[in-house]
Amino acid sequence: MKSAREIEIMRRGGKITSMTLAALLERAKAGMRLRELDRLAERMIRDGGGVPTFKGYNGFPSSICASVNDAVVHGIPGDYVLKDGDLLSLDIGTTFEGYVSDTAASIGIGNVSVEARRLMRVTQECLMLGIAQMQQGNRLSDIGHAIQRHAEANGYGVVRALVGHGVGRKMHEEPQVPNWGDAGKGIVMKPGLCLAIEPMITEGTHEVETLADGWTVVTADGKLAAHFEHTIALTEEGPRILTLREILEHPDAANFRPKEEIAA
Amino acid sequence: MARRRRGGMQRPDRKARNEAKAARTATPKEEAIEVEGTIVEPLPNAMFRVELTNGHRVLAHVSGKIRMNFIRILPGDRVLVELSPYDLSHGRITYRYK
Repeated sequence: MKSAREIEIMRRGGKITSMTLAALLERAKAGMRLRELDRLAERMIRDGGGVPTFKGYNGFPSSICASVNDAVVHGIPGDYVLKDGDLLSLDIGTTFEGYVSDTAASIGIGNVSVEARRLMRVTQECLMLGIAQMQQGNRLSDIGHAIQRHAEANGYGVVRALVGHGVGRKMHEEPQVPNWGDAGKGIVMKPGLCLAIEPMITEGTHEVETLADGWTVVTADGKLAAHFEHTIALTEEGPRILTLREILEHPDAANFRPKEEIAA
Repeated sequence: MARRRRGGMQRPDRKARNEAKAARTATPKEEAIEVEGTIVEPLPNAMFRVELTNGHRVLAHVSGKIRMNFIRILPGDRVLVELSPYDLSHGRITYRYK
């Protein structure tokens, strides 16, 4: 549970994270090397007064995760050069004044297939439906249930090997937030709860494998995967997205804008 | 960054569950005789006096599977009983009819 003061710090940190992600999404074009995006992200985060949380986390070498096409999450941004038609998922975490914010989004590079666009749209909708379930008095599994229903209704798979998580002083705190399950299970959510909700949705099977680099998680059948994530605080007024972006955001996300920003 | 899932029982997918279930129900303990009966009276230690359709009264205990699922068995319930071919006076209740 986080106090209002802690949530305010996370909101300010989340601002850095989301602005960095937005900048990367704008620069993710064909011909861009993933390593460049990583360098840019690290500079932006440090300029904003934060520290890239991922760098060195269990030995992860970079400030962002960049996962292309069949890579679901945790891709290491290396010498791969983006090309037209790629589906890129970017995941960023910032530690700011001791608190972590974590966000991710998927984007199509150039002309992407209708299928890939639909997958990204549905995944983002899943995230929104999950956030909408993060209400005082609801139970934790209501989030995953809403996500799974929407994904499977669209014929997609929900990755089981990876989950969302509590977030705060550490990137991964309790509880785990699966993107699947029956409604009405788990803890009753109360104001002060901060979660990273992150549906990982696949075109085909929900089975995944980890590549030899020890990080990159790919779909077992080689089909596309998309990933959207926000850090959200549950307040008396409902869920508030601490990592809201200016661009490529779902229209519904405006309903969960933090209070301070409405005033601004 | 997504967290690797920790702990919790890995629930097998639906296909695997159905296959496992079929395997469980399809093999009664070897050589057992299955007969229907009606509960006459409950006894201590999850045992019951069961009157079989052929009129015999046997002492039957509740199978582990039924116990695990907390199925209540009351006098008058119709049940499926497995009898050992070696001792026809003792049996195991494997199913309670709805």
